[in-house]
Amino acid sequence: MSDVLQQMSPTGDAIGEDLSFHPINVPLAVHDLTVAYHRKPVIWDVDLDIPEGKLVGVVGPNGAGKSTLLKTCLDLIPRASGEVGVYGKPYKEQRHLVGYVPQRESVDWDFPVSVLDLVAMGTYRHLGWFRRVGEKQKAAAMNALEQVGIAHLADRQISQLSGGQQQRTFLARALTQNAKLYFMDEPFAAVDAATEEAIVKILQQLNSEGKTCIVVHHDLATVARYFDWVVLLNMRVVASGPTEEVFTKTNLEKTYGGSLSLLDEAAHALSRIAR
Amino acid sequence: MKIISKLFLVILLSGFQAFHASGAYVGIEDSETLILQTSDKKSAMDELLNVLLLRSYNTRLVILSTTTLGTAAGIVGAFLLLRKRSLMGDALAHSTLPGIAIAFIIMVSFGGSGKSLAGLIAGATLTGVLGLLIMLAIRNTTRLRDDVAMGMVLSVSFGVGLAILGVIQNMPQASAAGLESFIYGKTASMVMADFMTIMVVALVCSLAAILMFKELALLCFDDRFAVAEGFPALRLDILLLVLVTTVTVIGLQSVGLILIIAFLITPPSAARFWTEKLPTMTFLSAVIGAISGWLGASISALVPKMPAGAVIVVVASSIFLFSMLSAPKRGVVARWIRYKDLKKKVERQHVLRAAFELVEEQKNGDSIVSNYPFPLQKLLAKRTWKAPKLNRILNHEQSIGHLERRADGMLQLSESGFGEAARITRNHRLWEIYLVTHADIAPSHVDRDADMVEHILEADMVHRLEEELRNSGAWIPSPHELSTRTQAS
Repeated sequence: MSDVLQQMSPTGDAIGEDLSFHPINVPLAVHDLTVAYHRKPVIWDVDLDIPEGKLVGVVGPNGAGKSTLLKTCLDLIPRASGEVGVYGKPYKEQRHLVGYVPQRESVDWDFPVSVLDLVAMGTYRHLGWFRRVGEKQKAAAMNALEQVGIAHLADRQISQLSGGQQQRTFLARALTQNAKLYFMDEPFAAVDAATEEAIVKILQQLNSEGKTCIVVHHDLATVARYFDWVVLLNMRVVASGPTEEVFTKTNLEKTYGGSLSLLDEAAHALSRIAR
Repeated sequence: MKIISKLFLVILLSGFQAFHASGAYVGIEDSETLILQTSDKKSAMDELLNVLLLRSYNTRLVILSTTTLGTAAGIVGAFLLLRKRSLMGDALAHSTLPGIAIAFIIMVSFGGSGKSLAGLIAGATLTGVLGLLIMLAIRNTTRLRDDVAMGMVLSVSFGVGLAILGVIQNMPQASAAGLESFIYGKTASMVMADFMTIMVVALVCSLAAILMFKELALLCFDDRFAVAEGFPALRLDILLLVLVTTVTVIGLQSVGLILIIAFLITPPSAARFWTEKLPTMTFLSAVIGAISGWLGASISALVPKMPAGAVIVVVASSIFLFSMLSAPKRGVVARWIRYKDLKKKVERQHVLRAAFELVEEQKNGDSIVSNYPFPLQKLLAKRTWKAPKLNRILNHEQSIGHLERRADGMLQLSESGFGEAARITRNHRLWEIYLVTHADIAPSHVDRDADMVEHILEADMVHRLEEELRNSGAWIPSPHELSTRTQAS
C-alpha cells in the first residue's frame, strides 16, 4: 500500500484505484477504518475526508470512539482494517506535519519537569536524536507560552498547575510542534472560562494561518460557535460536513439516540463469540 | 477471573516460600574467602581506614566496582522508577536465577569449575530476557493484568532457579559454592578481568542513559507524545529494559538478585524528595547509589559474613528514610509542619471572625462598626469549640496584642486585632458573595464552603474578587443570617 502511495504524482492525481482516498491537499482522509479492543469493534467502517483549513469538532456520546479515532490516525492504536492518509501519504511519512494535544489525564502531573521544559518537548522533532534543548528551542517554547497566556508560569513545576493551566501548557507544547494539522483530544474538558476563551483564540489563530484542527469535543452547546466543520461519531460516522449543514437535530438524534442500538447489540454479540 | 488469577499467584508464592524454607539451597557451603579476614591483628581503626580509603588491592577492586555499579543503578533506576516499571525490574532480576544455575551446570559438564563470571552472567542475561519476553507475551495475548504477569514470572522463575540449584548440590563432581552469592550478594574476592567487565559495562550503561536523556525523559513522561514526535516508544522501552537488565546482571554477584531492584529504585526515590528537576534528580540518584555502593561494600568487607547486598540496601534505605522525613518541600515532616501551621491559622481566623461578628451585633443601626467589648461566654457559644482550645487561642492572640481579657470576663479587641478581624471577616464575606452570585451555591450552604478557601486568599485574589463583585466597601454585610448558624467547620 505505501509503495503505491509513493508513486502518487505531486498534483495529487490518483494513479491506482485506492488513491482517490488520499488526495495530497486533503489533511486527513480516512477510508474503511475499523478498530477493535479485544475483538470488540470500537469504531466501525469510518470514512472521512477533512478539507484543509477547517476547525473540525468531533462530537459523539461517551464511548463513541472519538479518542480512539484520533489515536488511530496517529498510529497509537493498531487498526483492524482501513487506511489513513495525511496529506496524501501514510501518517508515518508525514509526522512532521502533524501536532498532537493528548488528553490532560494521560500523563502524571507530578513528573519532575518545569512548564518550560514540558513545552520545549514539542521541539524535539526538529532537534532529532541525542541533541539537547538550546536557547533557540527555549525561545520557541517561551513564545508559545506567551500565546496561550501563561508565560509567567514558565519556571513553575507542572505539579503546581491548575487544570486550566495544564491544558494551556499542553496546547503551548503543540504550538511549538509547528504543524499543519492538529489533533486535539478534549482540550476543553474541565477547564475554566478564561482557559476556554484562550483555547478558542488559539484555534482561531491557527485557522487564520490556514491550519487544520481536529478537536474532540463534548459540549454540544458550543459546537456551532467554535467549529466550521463537524464530525458526528458513534462507532461509525453519522455525518461529516460543514456545521450548518450537518449539525442538525435529526443527525444529533441519530448520534445520541437509540437508533444505533442494533449495531451495539451486534458488536456485543460479536465480542462474545470472539472471546 | 481476576480473583482466580490472584489466588493462583498467592498459592504459587506460598508454595515456593515453603520450598525455600525446606532448605533446598540453604545448605550450600561457604568456602569463598571473605576479604580482610586475615587482618585480625591490626587495630580496628586501621582496618576501617584501610577499607574506606581503599588501601588494600582486593578491597579497592570490590568497593570501586560496587560504587560504579551504584552510580549506574542510580541513573538507570531513575528512568525505571519514572516509567513505573519497578516491579518489572524485580521480576527480571528473579528470572536470572535459572540462567545462572543452568550456565553453571553446562560449564561443569564441559569440564570447567563452573565459576566463570562471564559464563554465569551470560546465562543470567538469557533467562532474564526470556522472563521479560514471557511477561510481555502474557500481557499482550491474554487479558491478565500487568501485575499478574510480573508476579507469575517472578515467582515461577525464582522457584525454577532454586529447584535447579537443588539439583546442582546433588551433582557429585560439582562444588556449587559461591552460587548463593548471586541470591544475597557478596563482596567476594574479585579477579581483575571481572572488575574491568563490571566497570566498563556500568560506565557504558550510565553514558547511554545520559546520551539518551531527552528521549528517555520524554518516554517516561508521555509515551504517546513521544511516538507523535517520531521517537519510537517501543524501541526506547526496549533500550531502557536492556539497560536495566545489564545493570542487574553485572550487579548480581555483589548485590544479589533479590535485592538488586532496591539498588535500582531506592536511590531515585530518595532523590525525588529533594528536587523537582529531572537532571538534578538523576544526578542525586547517581550520588546516592554511589554512596550506598561504597559504604555498603565497605561495611560488608569489615564485618565477616555480612552479605553486601543487604548492607548496600540498608544504607540506601537509610538515605531514603532520611530524605522522606527531612526534605524541605516534599518531606513528610515539612508537609506536616505546613499542615499544622495552616490548621492553627484557620482556628485563629475563626476566633477573630466570631469576635468581629459579636462586635458587629452591637452596632445597632450605626453605619460603622465600633470596637465594643463582648463577653467570653457569647464567643464560646458562637461555634462548637471546646473551652480549653478556645482559651489557648485567646491566650495566643493576647500575647501578640490582638485582644485583652478583662477581669470582668469581657473581651476587648485591640486596634490591630480589630483591624485583622475586620479584614478576615471581609474576605470571608467576599468569598461567600462570590459563591452565591457566581457559583450558584445557596446562601444557607455558602458559609461552610467559604470556610475552606478564605484562609488561603492572598492579596491579589482578594483584589480580583473585589473587581469581580464590584464591591470594595470597607465593611460588607453577611449574605446570610448570622444567628442561624448551627454548623461549625
